Amino acid sequence: MRSIMGDYEETELRLGLPGAGGGGNEGETSRNSSGKRGFLETVDLNLNLNNSSDGNQVEDMKQKNPIPASTDSAKPPNKAQVVGWPPVRSFRKNVLSVQKNTTATDDNKSGGSSMAFVKVCVDGAPYLRKVDLKMYQSYQQLYDALSKMFSSFTIGNCGSQGLKDFMNESKLIDLLNGSDCVPTYEDKDGDWMLVGDVPWEMFVDSCKRIRIMKGSEAIGLAPRTVERCKNRG
Amino acid sequence: MHSFHSMLNYFPEEVLEHIFDFLTSHRDRNAVSLVCKSWYAVERFSREKVFVGNCYAISPERLIARFPRVRSLTLKGKPHFADFNLVPNDWGGYVQPWIESIVRGRVNLEELRLKRMLVSDESLELLATFFPNFKSLVLVSCEGFTTDGLAAIASNCRFLRELDLQENEVEDRRGQWLSCFPDSCTSLVSLNFTCLKGEVNLASLERLVARCRNLRSLRVNNAVPLDALQRILAQAPQLVDLGTGSFVHDPDTESYNKLETSMQKCTSITSLSGFLDVSARCLPAVYPICGQLTSLNLSYAPGIYSDELVKLICYCNRLERLLVLDTIGDKGLGVVASSCKELQELRVFLSDVYGIGNTAVTEEGLVAISAGCPKLNSILYFCQQMTNEALIMVAKNCPNFIRFRLCTLNPTVPDAITMQPLDEGFGAIVKSCKDLKRLSISGLLTDQVFLYIGRYAKQLEMLSIAFAGDSDKGMLSVLNGCKKLKKLEIRDCPFGNVALLADMGKYETMRSLWMSSCEVTFGACKTLAQKMPRLNVEIINENDQIEASVDDKQKVEKMYLYRTLVGPRKDAPGFVWTL
Repeated sequence: MRSIMGDYEETELRLGLPGAGGGGNEGETSRNSSGKRGFLETVDLNLNLNNSSDGNQVEDMKQKNPIPASTDSAKPPNKAQVVGWPPVRSFRKNVLSVQKNTTATDDNKSGGSSMAFVKVCVDGAPYLRKVDLKMYQSYQQLYDALSKMFSSFTIGNCGSQGLKDFMNESKLIDLLNGSDCVPTYEDKDGDWMLVGDVPWEMFVDSCKRIRIMKGSEAIGLAPRTVERCKNRG
Repeated sequence: MHSFHSMLNYFPEEVLEHIFDFLTSHRDRNAVSLVCKSWYAVERFSREKVFVGNCYAISPERLIARFPRVRSLTLKGKPHFADFNLVPNDWGGYVQPWIESIVRGRVNLEELRLKRMLVSDESLELLATFFPNFKSLVLVSCEGFTTDGLAAIASNCRFLRELDLQENEVEDRRGQWLSCFPDSCTSLVSLNFTCLKGEVNLASLERLVARCRNLRSLRVNNAVPLDALQRILAQAPQLVDLGTGSFVHDPDTESYNKLETSMQKCTSITSLSGFLDVSARCLPAVYPICGQLTSLNLSYAPGIYSDELVKLICYCNRLERLLVLDTIGDKGLGVVASSCKELQELRVFLSDVYGIGNTAVTEEGLVAISAGCPKLNSILYFCQQMTNEALIMVAKNCPNFIRFRLCTLNPTVPDAITMQPLDEGFGAIVKSCKDLKRLSISGLLTDQVFLYIGRYAKQLEMLSIAFAGDSDKGMLSVLNGCKKLKKLEIRDCPFGNVALLADMGKYETMRSLWMSSCEVTFGACKTLAQKMPRLNVEIINENDQIEASVDDKQKVEKMYLYRTLVGPRKDAPGFVWTL
């Protein structure tokens, strides 16, 4: 039966650590098995009951596995194993996979993994989330997505307006003087950096995890940021 | 009526022939040949271009017997689903017997176009040896040959005008095939070797371009670097169609500046493609010609992100045909919608070809395009999700679709907002687009969508279905309603024997039917084959050898049936069983 996964499952609360890494799993399990489901592999706690309607790509990270209507096997094939789907010509597959493997050395990388999942933690929230940075092409898009993700929490100025204000430099100084929240990230070297300094692609390549700081810790960062804004201005 | 008919008979044959000369479409000529015997006779002696949609539907001998003056032959081999690894490589579609017959028949072949066929070096050598007037070779999605075969063509076809290789699997023998064009060859109009992986002698290429003053279309491969491209463009500013080679270079160099200058002088280029290896920083060299372009293919450049794509495309105001990857995103498609008002054809391909991740393209991009591009008539769209609302809007904005192919990453994904099947959306498309000839559907779909297709898609010729439908009713609706259906390909659908056997005569009006992973059984296929001698019913069974006694109730994994005038083929491999 190809039933659509019910809303019930989408709102099911699960305990435990966020699911293991993002994309490369070729062994996504089917949605009929009782174990990990591809769709819910990450901690996908949707506090908005009408989640399915906003088409939020971040929430919809994992594909549901297709179930061939005609099969009566107990375990439907997972998506990576369905021969000929998606229908892409072999020639095209070969050309694009070769390009993925030979990473260009300049700043336009076509290679590497097609996904870059990182944990996002917001100070004060009871659990973390994961986002795929390759879904976005700019800081603004990332902030929009994070705002939606954490909108249900009372994180003060780190709600959707707060993060958007962070991009708006005229409000930035007010915000930081109020110093409620600052987005930071841990880079490849293990250093904690302020989000937004480097070009987007470079950020995607070097970001390992994101933390949205708030409260007193954030205050300490503010002066540097304000100075940077002045220099940018 | 009677007097009109006899009046026409007063015309000598030459006059009739002259009138028929104006009929270029093979369908028109086919129609004309059915009028009466004398028209049939005049037509067959005057037909120079013959199109064979399925190489196993007719034999080369019979074709030559009917059309002795044939000069241009188009042949198609494997079924379409072979593109997606559903058909084993050695299933068939050999061109060799055709070429041998044509040689024996003393035909003056000048043009050969092949799609999804197996071509050997020997075949190419035969062509090169026996057809001194050979002018045009077009190979699409073929395989089995090497650069040695190309060398034979280059060496011997003194009047070659066109060598067009599209998406073929060619083995590189490092034999410098391109250098085999003799110095006396100046006739080339079109040369496309994008799909070749090996190097060519750059000096030979530049000399070839320099002496072929009629060269209009040149598509090189990855091994041709940017500075060589610059030298070529300097020699050939008359080009109309350009496929770049490697488009990676340090922009702060003299080579790159020279390229910009040469590119600017190419005021005739209207079609641009290639970019299999490209750095975004080099794209600005192309900006000066963007305003001229009617066709742009960036679908092999996954490293170009949306912002850079958009910077290029917003200059392309005359664009009629655009091929891109889903890296363009919905926002990028919005820019296309506002910049490319002449757009007729759009293809958005997957950058993540295994479909494991996500894609940045959703129904929003499609709606934006439909709203901004009123001339849109052909679309191939890979996307993350779709909604009925979006499809209904698209149907309303663009009633002129001739080809509509939608592919959702998850083949059974429902409407992203309502979670309903996508029946209503596709129903709106077929209802609105009265000239629709080709349709591919995907997403969660029930029998209802097929009811709509059968009811409204009256001009439909090709339909591709996967993971859709609930019962035989679905397939029956299509077979009953789509009177002009030529090709039907179905995979992983719950269609079975009742649908297959309901109207067996229908298949003689069609070119072919493909069904895989459906509910059809051996018994039903045997029945069909017995009752319809002018159909070849092939069972493709890769795993086991064909057993003599197969249980009739066993389901068939892959079935391919097609009409034919020449009975079961003799070159079928062991795993193909013609019933």
